[in-house]
Amino acid sequence: MNDRRVNWPLWTGLALCVIAVASYAFFFYRFPITRDVPWVSFLLFAAGLGMLVAGVRRATGRRIVALLVAALGFGLAVMFTAGITVGSRVPAIANPPAIGAKAPDFTLPDANRKPVALAQLLAEPGAKGVLLIFYRGYW
Amino acid sequence: MQPVAISVDKPEESRELMRKAGYSFPLLCDPNAEVIRRYDVLHKGAGMAGQDVARPAEFLVDRGGVVRWRNLTEDLRVRARPEAMLAAAKALP
Repeated sequence: MNDRRVNWPLWTGLALCVIAVASYAFFFYRFPITRDVPWVSFLLFAAGLGMLVAGVRRATGRRIVALLVAALGFGLAVMFTAGITVGSRVPAIANPPAIGAKAPDFTLPDANRKPVALAQLLAEPGAKGVLLIFYRGYW
Repeated sequence: MQPVAISVDKPEESRELMRKAGYSFPLLCDPNAEVIRRYDVLHKGAGMAGQDVARPAEFLVDRGGVVRWRNLTEDLRVRARPEAMLAAAKALP
């Protein structure tokens, strides 16, 4: 029996799991169609996890290594799923301004520290309205 | 239709973002999250350094100061699609 034979399903399986995470983080995240539901990553994980199981079954000697590699791959899948579900949840909003309600006025400094008031923006000639975009920040 | 973005970032950070992204609309600075709280879009402790930040949210406000459309998300990854925003803007008097 050739114990030195490379367990290619095992290592391919792990590689697919790593690619599933990396491709989402660095590429698919940019496009809404693959960001909202990371179906490409799910497919890669399905293939990867399947290969990891095959790899564990195929392992003759050094079974513990195969099990650890498989655990790593499954761990990645669990972390990824947690990250895109629980990790990206925001708490439910209590009472933001409703449609039809008056938007709370404010004055805040812009990037050049010049004060800007909502009332002033709305009063500009030809202004149809303002789109307020709240965002997490630049990081 | 004037877009205006608000975050807890300092003016220097906003300037950097404007420069990198090529934004020409105002980025307003709300470091104590006062306006963010006024609009009830606070995400407590969610910043990289554990600071309070705004959750992603958009409000379309008409000339009279009334909210005509809003987008609130419960999932950070799901963002407003431009089509929905544009349709709401076109519907403004």
